[in-house]
Amino acid sequence: MPTKLPATDAVVVGLGWAGAIIANELVDEGLDVIGFERGPWRDTAKDFNIASVPDELRYNARQELMLRTAQNTCTMRNDVSQTALPMRSWGSFHPGNGTGGAGNHWAGITFRFQPEDFRLHSHLTERYGRQAVEAANLTLQDWGTDWEEMEPHYASFERVAGISGKAGNLNGTLQEGGNPFEGARSIEYPTPPLKQPYGPTLFAEAAREMGYHPFPVPSALVSEGYTNPLGVTMGPCTFCGFCTNYGCANYSKASAITTVLPALIRKPNFTAKTNCEVLRVTLDPSGTRATGIVYIDASGREWEQPAELVIVAAFTLENARLMLLSGVGEPYDPITQRGTTGRNYAYQTANSVQLFFDDKNFNPFIGAGAVGMGIDEFNNDNFDHTGLGFFGGGSIRVTPIGAAPIANRPVPPGTPTWGKEWKRATVDNYLSTMSIGCEASSYSQRGNYLSLDPNYSDRLGRPLLRMTFDFPENDLRMAQYCTDRVAEIARRMNPRQMVEKPMKGHWNSGPYQSSHVVGGFVMGSDPSVSSVNKYLQVWDVPNLFVVGASAFPQNPGYNPTGTVGALAYKAADAIRRLYLKHPGEMIA
Amino acid sequence: MKRTLLTLSAVGLALYASLGAVLAHAQGATEYDQVEKGRYLSTLGDCAACHTAPGGKPFAGGVAINTPFGKLVAPNITPDDETGLGKWTFDDFQRVMSEGRGPGGYHLYGAMPYTAYTKVSEEDNRAIWTYLQTLDPVDHLVVANQLPFPFNQRFTLWGWNLLNFDKGEFEPNPEKSAEWNRGAYLVEGLGHCGTCHTPKNLIGGDKSSQFLEGSVVDDWYAPDITADPHKGIGAWSEQDLVDYLSTGKNRFDIASGPMAEEVEHSSQYWNEDDLRAVATYLKDGRNADAQAPTPLAAEDPRMVSGGEIYADRCAGCHTPNGAGVEGLFPRLADTALVNGDSAASLMRVVLAGSRAGATDAAPTAPSMPAFAWNLSDEEISNVLTFVRNTWGNAAAPVSPSDVAEMRETLEQH
Repeated sequence: MPTKLPATDAVVVGLGWAGAIIANELVDEGLDVIGFERGPWRDTAKDFNIASVPDELRYNARQELMLRTAQNTCTMRNDVSQTALPMRSWGSFHPGNGTGGAGNHWAGITFRFQPEDFRLHSHLTERYGRQAVEAANLTLQDWGTDWEEMEPHYASFERVAGISGKAGNLNGTLQEGGNPFEGARSIEYPTPPLKQPYGPTLFAEAAREMGYHPFPVPSALVSEGYTNPLGVTMGPCTFCGFCTNYGCANYSKASAITTVLPALIRKPNFTAKTNCEVLRVTLDPSGTRATGIVYIDASGREWEQPAELVIVAAFTLENARLMLLSGVGEPYDPITQRGTTGRNYAYQTANSVQLFFDDKNFNPFIGAGAVGMGIDEFNNDNFDHTGLGFFGGGSIRVTPIGAAPIANRPVPPGTPTWGKEWKRATVDNYLSTMSIGCEASSYSQRGNYLSLDPNYSDRLGRPLLRMTFDFPENDLRMAQYCTDRVAEIARRMNPRQMVEKPMKGHWNSGPYQSSHVVGGFVMGSDPSVSSVNKYLQVWDVPNLFVVGASAFPQNPGYNPTGTVGALAYKAADAIRRLYLKHPGEMIA
Repeated sequence: MKRTLLTLSAVGLALYASLGAVLAHAQGATEYDQVEKGRYLSTLGDCAACHTAPGGKPFAGGVAINTPFGKLVAPNITPDDETGLGKWTFDDFQRVMSEGRGPGGYHLYGAMPYTAYTKVSEEDNRAIWTYLQTLDPVDHLVVANQLPFPFNQRFTLWGWNLLNFDKGEFEPNPEKSAEWNRGAYLVEGLGHCGTCHTPKNLIGGDKSSQFLEGSVVDDWYAPDITADPHKGIGAWSEQDLVDYLSTGKNRFDIASGPMAEEVEHSSQYWNEDDLRAVATYLKDGRNADAQAPTPLAAEDPRMVSGGEIYADRCAGCHTPNGAGVEGLFPRLADTALVNGDSAASLMRVVLAGSRAGATDAAPTAPSMPAFAWNLSDEEISNVLTFVRNTWGNAAAPVSPSDVAEMRETLEQH
């Protein structure tokens, strides 16, 4: 039996981006807030020392910032006919751990989604007809919100994170040099774009010659000293190349620990409980009111923390799992398509073209998780899909993340995987190879979902989350089409050799692809196919909010973090402005 | 208990007020104003820095002060009868502040900065005293005098006072503005800035002729804060001073070490008028016409080597031209921070690293990593010599033996 603690106003589960943002907003509203984090307290000064951070073995190979799979992992299978097996080391995606969450080791690419993405099903139906949309065999849904409602919250997130970039559409007026496909923005980016390395520069030249509109990839790596509205200061990115999978030692990469927590932790009505893993949300007997959470501390003792308001803002996978473990909503059944908890799990479809040159020197060690140039001509519904046999698209871009020596071995196909020839090929190609990526959409379909695993449990005996996922036929067609477009640009850059790598075949959890796991507890306006309303408030449990990429009904061809931040501000704003005036009721 | 004490002190106060015919207000309002004023003044004086141990009860004492002569521990100043000031009268307190002598006449050590507090007005002392009476009495015995013989003999302080103590309340300079005089009163009195920033003589007394010209305390250099444009605060505007004291940072520098504690506990809470007054006074300080020395030649081998180390190890944060990033990485170019007579703080932060202070206005608390494990004494001396003689800076070179000595000192901590 957990020991019951004195009640508090609000608990927040998870102190990554979403949890830290909401906790800070609620604390400013005057609520007493306790934040729970299953991992340690992380702090740039203490954890990300500039002399020890660039350690590829420690952080990239041994994944120090990621959740330990012995603490919690998930099982995976491609379809319901298979028996899922547990992931004993992370491959395809990288869940984070500790304050800052996956926001510590993220790359920092910070797109906003496009206006059409929030009403994707309606938009595609209007443009291509009901029949075409049904033929795609997907479970696309609207988000129950729209651009006008989302835009101010994107702006809030960009201001707190100091996002660098160039606006393409300011209040409806297109801006030279920005992304012409973005929704109308109310603000310019808080900091100007980063300087571009050689690879992105060459790519942008070729793309421009072909009539496309290259723009600097919006980035959470600030380009100059920046002090955010909470008074926290960040420093300019130095292109050190230790970004993705690393914590930033230069205070350059926005994360909850570099932008929110230093201010939040000073506030007297906020408490952070780290190394405390939340086991479940407790509900009253009627199941319509959350009474708090139960957590286990580092010594293995269980505690019940009652609260008037419960915010679940863990990583996508743990959001869905906590709801399943707590009995919130009905578990999704792929056969009957009834139930919403675990529904519409989606991913990201990663494609690329690698270019080998003889006469170029890219100095690939100069890099950052989010510096580069991109085009959006073949993303989402920015091109006519009539007759193409698929929907969706991808963000095409060159973003050199820094070619660290262990993992980065750019050798042409056919090279031996070890020995003298492999070493020689590395020397020949290390400086003169680059890659164009295409981070593409992942659209939900009936058989892709999250559930509790019947066979495997965690160290406490709780079922692991089971992921049932494979790439929809729609997405594989899209991958081939978009990679062909990338190859056209690559060809124009005139490499000695190029290798096209569209996503093909079944999803394989081994090689890293993207940590953009989304859905499973999605938002919408129809409670029969969504778990939360447009304020991230759980249908029928008004004092429970579940916030994160778990709310995405499907994933566009963009990185999710900007939208996770915007949804956190959206939920916080709804709680402050609407919910607290009528606590315990669904927001009308 | 607290309530009783409050009432008693209020009665005492009212008596005093009627006798002195100074204050003839209603008791309640007087009491409230007086307590609030005392609370603010005790923050101005940063009493808690020494009298509140980290994690301890407020003002219950226990912070050890390492002097060149041995250890002194700040006493419990809560109104506890046995272990605090419970049996003291205001006169006892006034005598401590103005004369450095306790009840019965014993001498206090200079770690209690009565050489500065002597300038505090009796009126202000009375407010502080009133506030101290409102504290929860804490039963916490502190042995203040932990000095070895002969320094533990308090009678020796009679002679020390003769040489180092100039008793007397602050006297305004009629030729200066009220703001200037308020600044002088705070800097020389309650603020006791000279306690750290004024060079000391062999027996630990202030070298008064070198007021605020910088001194080494606890292996940190409390820099020159005269108006010297090269190594003092001469190049800082009044606003720079206000920013620094109220937030811990300005466009040149970020407070770290003992000054970070001062900002965190004290000056971030000073009111705007007092901050401006201090800035006005300091800007009007001595040495405004001081000449900068000539920097070392760029070809000097130490400079060449130091420049290379700077590019490899320092420029990533402090930027290649030493401009730094405001609020995060202190500016090194053309700045007093690095031109000081002593390089103690510079050696210390390179060797051991440092974390800047944090305030509500500037909560970042950035850190400098330690380099003791991967830079040699010679490399550190060269890079500091380079920084101290480049981009408009000019100061004495740092020798490898200076660094070695600091390294040894820090290892003993």
